[in-house]
Formats: sequence, structure tokens, C-alpha cells
Amino acid sequence: MDVRITRRATLLGGASLAAGALAAPSIAQNAPIRLGGLTTLEGPFATGGQDAYRCVQMELERVNHTVGGRRIEFVRESSNAQADVALARARKLIEQDNVDIILGPLSGAEGIALRDYSRTLTGKTIVNGSSGASDTTLRNPSPNFFRFSTDGTQWMAGLGKHVHQTMGIREVAVTAGDYAFPYAQVFGFNLEFCRLGGRTTHYWAPLGTTDFTSQIAQINRSNAGAVVVVHGGTDGLAFMTQYAQAGGSKPLIGGSIMADQTMLSARGPHRRVMVDMISGGPIADVIDDPTWNDFVARYRRRWANEGGFTSPSIHAVNYATNLYGILHALKAVNGDLSSNQQPFQHALAAAEITAPTGAAVKLDHNRQAISDIFLNKIEERGSTAQVVAFGRTRAVNQTLGLPEQQFLTLGSPSRDNTGCIAS
Amino acid sequence: MDLAATIVLNGLTLAALYFIVASGFSLIFGLMRVVNMAHGAMYLVAGYVGYSVFEPLYDHDLWYAWYAGLAAGVAFAAVFGALVQVLLLGWMQGQELRQALVTIGLSIVVADQLLAMYGGTPRQFFAPDAIFGSTRVPGIGGYPTFRLVQIGVAVAVGVGLWLLLNRTKLGMMIRAGVDDRQMLGACGVNVPLVGVAVFSLGAALAGLGGIIGATAQPLAMGADGRFLLISLVVVIVGGMGSVTGTALGAVLIGLAEQIGQAMFPTYSVVLTFVIMVVVLALRPQGILGRA
Amino acid sequence: MHSRTVTWSLLSALLLLALPWLLPQVMPAGQAQFWIANILGRAIVFGIIAMSLTFLATYGGFISLAQMMVAGVAGYTLAVFAEGAVPRIVGGLGYGAAIPLGLLAATAMGLLVGAISMRTRDIYLLMITLALAMGVFRFIETNIAWFNGYEGIRNVVGPSVLGMDFRNTFVFYHVALGTAALLYIGIIYLVRTPFGLVLQGIRDNPRRVAALGYSVALHRTAAFGVAGFIAGCGGVLSTIYNIGISPGTIGLGGTVNVLIMSVIGGLGHPIGAFIGSLIFTVFDTFAATIYDRDRFNTLIGLVFLAIVLVSPDGAIGIGVRLRRLLAASRR
Repeated sequence: MDVRITRRATLLGGASLAAGALAAPSIAQNAPIRLGGLTTLEGPFATGGQDAYRCVQMELERVNHTVGGRRIEFVRESSNAQADVALARARKLIEQDNVDIILGPLSGAEGIALRDYSRTLTGKTIVNGSSGASDTTLRNPSPNFFRFSTDGTQWMAGLGKHVHQTMGIREVAVTAGDYAFPYAQVFGFNLEFCRLGGRTTHYWAPLGTTDFTSQIAQINRSNAGAVVVVHGGTDGLAFMTQYAQAGGSKPLIGGSIMADQTMLSARGPHRRVMVDMISGGPIADVIDDPTWNDFVARYRRRWANEGGFTSPSIHAVNYATNLYGILHALKAVNGDLSSNQQPFQHALAAAEITAPTGAAVKLDHNRQAISDIFLNKIEERGSTAQVVAFGRTRAVNQTLGLPEQQFLTLGSPSRDNTGCIAS
Repeated sequence: MDLAATIVLNGLTLAALYFIVASGFSLIFGLMRVVNMAHGAMYLVAGYVGYSVFEPLYDHDLWYAWYAGLAAGVAFAAVFGALVQVLLLGWMQGQELRQALVTIGLSIVVADQLLAMYGGTPRQFFAPDAIFGSTRVPGIGGYPTFRLVQIGVAVAVGVGLWLLLNRTKLGMMIRAGVDDRQMLGACGVNVPLVGVAVFSLGAALAGLGGIIGATAQPLAMGADGRFLLISLVVVIVGGMGSVTGTALGAVLIGLAEQIGQAMFPTYSVVLTFVIMVVVLALRPQGILGRA
Repeated sequence: MHSRTVTWSLLSALLLLALPWLLPQVMPAGQAQFWIANILGRAIVFGIIAMSLTFLATYGGFISLAQMMVAGVAGYTLAVFAEGAVPRIVGGLGYGAAIPLGLLAATAMGLLVGAISMRTRDIYLLMITLALAMGVFRFIETNIAWFNGYEGIRNVVGPSVLGMDFRNTFVFYHVALGTAALLYIGIIYLVRTPFGLVLQGIRDNPRRVAALGYSVALHRTAAFGVAGFIAGCGGVLSTIYNIGISPGTIGLGGTVNVLIMSVIGGLGHPIGAFIGSLIFTVFDTFAATIYDRDRFNTLIGLVFLAIVLVSPDGAIGIGVRLRRLLAASRR
């Protein structure tokens, strides 16, 4: 497809360029809208990336690849979760493939890189995929970057309060990866938990740690009433297995990517300790909401025989939410992307949509989502473990309810800035 | 006090895993002068192949699931190693750099094909209950049994290798081949076949490491690079091509990693490499390497 | 040098210089710009880094896998000190000061790698440089205070050259091209100096060189320093091109990519680095069209394997053989 267009354009040569500049606006209304997808299909996050494209494809099929009277052409690209690769692919999408809008990327560092790139563009828009670093929209936001999904700090909303007030635990041990995403999550937890008077001890482990036995020995000896675990992927599975092996018995509180089907689908000792684990996040497997039930049913029907999970992953839902934002705005402007996409971007900023989970989404002045966050619990249902939502905090904003100026003066989350501030 | 003991024991059990993986690397290098950059890929292949045998059996609660996975993984790695030697490396014997480059190319393709087949989800083996629970260790208390098993396997591998090289006919041929290939060939020994046997054995050890490793820690993409690197460092520190040296290197690196993680987590990664640089500066051939 | 070689070199240099004006004649403006910045420009930048490896391999016989890491040291130094980078680690320096500082750091790192690996050769050197590279990579990836860990440092936008913005495609392309040309000419010149001759002597027979009274260790280390400077130039350019740097750039993937470029192009001559990087970049960019985006690594891995198995001297070697074949058939 791409190749054909290129050849024809080349044959027409320079002459059409001059003419094209004048003729473009009238043609543009009938030409398809080119939507570039950027996700991670290489490396360790590939599973999430594949699932993200599943949901994007499913939702585009649902609208018959048409919105506001114009066809949508979806151009896929993929990175390997590295910022420089994501940037190279984004450049290819914009400059070589001539896309109008990019939907992506998946991971935090890529998001910040694309945010910086979007600032150098005119008449193009980047809408986030699933990247969740706070700074992407909180500090030095770009006018061309929009995010309808929530960030890592928002995902912990309500959790600290639940642990302190409902579970009555006053002291926790926090074990977390020593990099930006866990910092953001720990920050979100502590902001509530410490403000209520809770005490935390932190155990940091570098990204890629797979041997937690010494750390677990220390935690089991401490006075902590619960363990807050904020590790991702492989590190998380390693921690849980070794915690089970070491006979750990303290209640577990999980970060948003701990309560994940990739962790729960494998049977093994970690499952035993993970049942009853409480966590916070933008989705759950079971949410008592008709929109969600409908979405999951459609997902299962479409992908059951093509490698889909039993329920869509967090990345897939984030991509779908952001796609909803794009479709909503395109509909509002009737597919008109002229005037350097100004009307389209205004429509994006004003969009109020319903995410696949049933959560209401609108954007703040930094073009960052304000949306609902779920309190989840892992339950054994039949032979499988599932993440079940039992609580919902509505309209969580990026500063978790603090005035923005106060939140900003707290500084970026880090291992020395854990969000433990007295009220 | 008991925390210190736990950390030391952790270091030793980790060292055992490192030794199992690195011994195959060291064997191939010491006897054939091939730097097998696909060693990590062989670890990964064995892990995934073993897992695909293990999973359905485990789902049926069959007690031998883990052992079947272990056997499948090790056997597959051994065959894979033999094929690599026969098809790719054998006919460029002596061109060490080219062989290293071939194995790099191979590892890129293998890792990518594994990703295509198995996806990026981390996987983990669960050993039979007999060796998976926890055991009381004097001075420490409850300690994961499997980590103690790791030490046992490592000791068995070490002793086995020593016996093989020093007490069997094959071992004699291998050692003779290192010293003088042509003479060995003149004596009527099929030298290329010995090469295939060594490579196959080295790969099987990587495979064994893959299953043991994937039982102790989750198996995921990226483990190939990690364990290749660990093999490199262990062999550089301990001494190229010496079984005892590899054991010593593994213990040093395993302990350094655990102690570093407990005492200064942020900089623990560096400790390993500081050890390597110091050894290189003082003894470029490694602590127990032959000059 | 043959006068014909000189003529050819000059002609290709002119062609490369004029490409930004020639390309828009044959393809739409947007695509021409993409080819200039993101295929040719990117290939030149990576080619510089690969050339530092090729330089060591061609004239010293050393295969160092640390060159991407050394380039990263330059990039990180730039990012740490340049004003405006996010997050601000040290900051305060303009690009006029931060770039030389980056080059200095890369040269120092090159010297250090040379000194540490001083007594090793061949595959031992390969192993040790790889281990060193991964050590630095893991350190940077896990260190938050100095390198902002996994996320890296963003917003290194680059300076203005004579009032022209570095982000401008043409400016960036010509600066990269000029840098590459200067470094290339510098290498060709250097290998003819006494230093270069001693280096080639070490490659062929280190004992004889030592017997002649030259310090092998000193020359070796110096060669690594030179390679460090070259890699540093590439590192600075790639950091500006990428508007920042993160550890993934210098990880195992990045390290192996540089090796792939050098080997595909050919380790027999510095120009091989650029041929290799161009082939790599084209494959990298159009893998989705050629084969399957997801399986890019299989594709490039197979190309690499084929080159190593069939033509160990890379694309240059294939070219030489083709020329010989043509000459033979003409006779």
C-alpha cells in the first residue's frame, strides 16, 4: 500500500508539488485520514503491545474504519520500548508515511520522547497510547500531545486511604523497583497513606532484579503490617514466587501492574499469596459496569481464537480509551483536519468520553485525563484468579486532589521524594 | 547475625546457578577456543522448550512434570548445540573471531524467533513439592529448599565434569585435542566428532542452567543477554577454560551481587564489574587461568 | 592514493553535499526530508560510531564492543551538563562548552577501555569490551542521581550553528556529513603517520614492534583513545538527533547493532562503516514493508549471518569480488 503511493508520487515528480500545495485543501476532505499506530511489539513488553493493537483494530472495525464521513487508514509501527527507537518510528510515521495523528507509545520513556518531538511539529497531533509517566503532561507539556489515559500516580488513588482506614494498618513495608514508574506509584500511595499518619519503610531494588530473597528476609523480620509491592513484569513474578517460598504471610498491597493476567494466568505458589491482594488501577477483570461487560464480550468474541486473553490487558484498554478520544474529536469536527488541525485539537481538548471500563474521561488544562480509578481485589473464581473491582474513586485528577501548585512544589517522585508528607 | 548468614547463603545459591550456566561456556571455550556468544540463547531455548513440555503436564498435576521439562530442555539444548557445531562452526575451525560473530548472529535470530513463538510474558517452572518447600537451616531458619538443591546440582556438575575430563577416555581425547589436534587425528581419533560432543555437552549445561534458573527466577526475554554476560564475567574472573576457576569466579560474583544488593542496592551492579576490572589489571588470564 | 580514487572520493562527497537539493527533484518534499534526516543523516551518525570500531579493527586488529558505550558516555556527558536538558542534573553549560566536554569524556573512556584491556587480544578482547560495555550500561540504567536511570535525559535540542537551528534538517545533515568527512580524512591521514604505521605493525606482529623499541601498550591505548574521540563525535550527534539519550541506546541491542553495521559493511576499510550503517538503517526503517515489522531482528540477524558465513569482509568484499569477476569475464 505505502509503496504504491510512493511510486505514483515519484512518477508525478516535482510538477505536482507546486500544484498540490494549492489544490490540497479541497482534496483533503475526501482523502482518508491517516492514523499512525506506535506500540511495542519487540522486547519484553511485546505482549502488551500486541493486545493494544487488538483493541485498536477491534474498535476501528466497529466504526467500519470511517468517522465524520472520512475513511481512516491505520498505519502500524512498532518500537522496542526504547525512547530513541520510538522517536525514529514516530518520525517515519509523520515524515515518510504522512500520517495526520499518531496513537502511541506504550512506555514511559517513549512517551516523554514523543512529547518532546510533538512540540517540534505543526499541524500534527500525538495522542498517547499507554505510557504513564506523570511528567509527560505535568511538567513542560506540549500543545500537540494529548492523553486520555491516567498516569502511574493517579492509578494509586484511594489505595492508601483503604489500607489505613478500612484495613487499619498503620505501618507498611514498600518494595519497589528503583526507576521512574514505581516512584510515581509509590508517590501516589504515600500521598494518601502518610497524610493519614501511616509510616512506611522503603526497600528499593534496581530494575531487572530477580533475586529478592535477602530483601524478603528483611521484610519478614520487620514490624510492617502489610507489604506494598510495586514491581513490573518479571521482577514482580520473581518477588511473589520467592515471597511464597519464604513463607511470607503479611497481607499484600499491589501496584497497578502487579494485579495482571500475565501474573495470574500462571499457576504456582505466587498465586496462593496473591489471592486477596488489594491493588489500584484504571481497570480490573471484573467491573460491575455494562459498558465494560459489553467491551469484554466483544473482545472475547473477536480475539478468542486469535491469541487474545480472557480479558483485555491494561495497555489494550489505555490504547482503546485514547482511540475513543480521537474518534470523538474527529466526529465533532466532521473529519476536518485543516487549519493545522486547530479545530481538531480544540475538539480533543474539550472531549468528554466514556472509557471501555465505563469511567468518565475529560482532559485538564495540560491535556491530561481526569478519570475514575478502581480499587481491586484478587479473587479465586473457579479455577482462575481474577482481579475484581470493589471500589471506585471518581474523577481523579493528576495531582490527586492537591492544588496543582502545591503538588508541583513537592517535586518529581524519586527514591528520596516518596510523597510522604505530613498533612 | 542471621541476616548476614542468609545473605551469604543466598550468595552461594546464586553462585551455584551461575556456575552451572558458566561451566558450559567455559568448557566450550577452554577446549575449543570458541567464544559461544549464543550461550545465553541456548539457556533461553532450553527454558522455553522445557516449559512447553512442563506446562500441560503440570496442569494435570502430574508429579513428573518438572523432571520431564528438565529432560526435554536439556536434550533439546544438546541437540541444538551439536547442530550449531556441525552446520555452522565446525568448518571454520580456528577462525575464532568469525565463530564468535556467527554465534552473535545466531543468538539474535534465535531470541527473536523465541519472542515470536512464546511472546513476552514471563514464565516460571514450579518444582515438585519435595524440593520446592522450605527447609530449616541451622542459624537461618526456614530457607527455600530449591535453592539448596541448586547447590547440590552445581556440585554434581562440577564433580561430573572433573571426572569426565580426568577419568574417561573421552576426557583424555578432549584434553589431547586441546594440546595437539593434528596428532590426535593422526592417532585415528575422529576429531570433529569430539568437537561435536564437547559443544553438545556445553550446550546441555546451558540448558540445565536454563531449567534450574527458570525454576529459581522467572524466565523472560532478556535472560539470554543476562546469562551470557554472567558467563563472560565469571569466566573472565575465574580463569578461561578452568572448571575450578569457573567455580571460584561464580562464588565471587554470586556473593558480590547479594552482599552489594543488601548493603548498597543502587551501586550493587557496579561491584561485579569492579571485581572484573581489578582481576584483569592484576591477572589478565583470570585468577586460576593458565597464562 | 591513486588519482582516480581521489576523483571518485571528491565526486561522491559533492554528490552527498548536493543530495538535499537533488532528492526533492525525484520525490515529494516531505519524503525527501525524511530520507535526508532520518535515513542518510541517521546512517551517517551511526556510521561515525561504527567507524570507530572499524578503525580499531582495520588498523589495529582489535574488535571492540565498547564503542557504542563510549559514544553513550559522550552523549550522557552532554546531556548532564547542557543547559535546558530535562531533568536538570548539573546543567549550566552552553553547547559550546558541553559538546567538547562530551568529546573529552568519550576520549578518556576510550583510553580507559584501552588500558583495562591492554593485555588481551582477539576474542578475549571481544569478551572483555562487551562486559565493560554492559557494566557501564547497567550502572547508567540503575543510577538515578546522575543519569536519571531507565528514563534517561531528554530535551537535548542542540546548538544553533552560525545562527541556524540544529533542528533544521539541512543543517543537521551537513554538520553530520562534515563531521564524518573530517573524521574519515583524519583517519586516512593518521594511518600514514609513524603512529599509524606502528599500529599496523602491532596488528601484524606485536612482538616485532616491541623488539623495534616501540611501546605496544602505549600505542594500543592511544588508538583506543582516538577511537573513543570518533565514537564520541557520533554519540554527541546521535544524542542531539534523538533529542536526548536513554540507557537503551547503549544496551546490548545498541552494542550489537554497531557491530552488525561494521561487519555488514566490511572491516577492511573505514568506508565500510558507512556502507554498513546505510544498509542497516534502510533495513531498520523499511523492515515493515520488506518483511514484518515485528521480526526485524530475525531479518537483520539473518543478513548478518549470511555476510559472516559467505563474505567475512562484508559488502566491500562483495564489491571487490564482483569487480574482479567482471574484469575476468571481460578478458
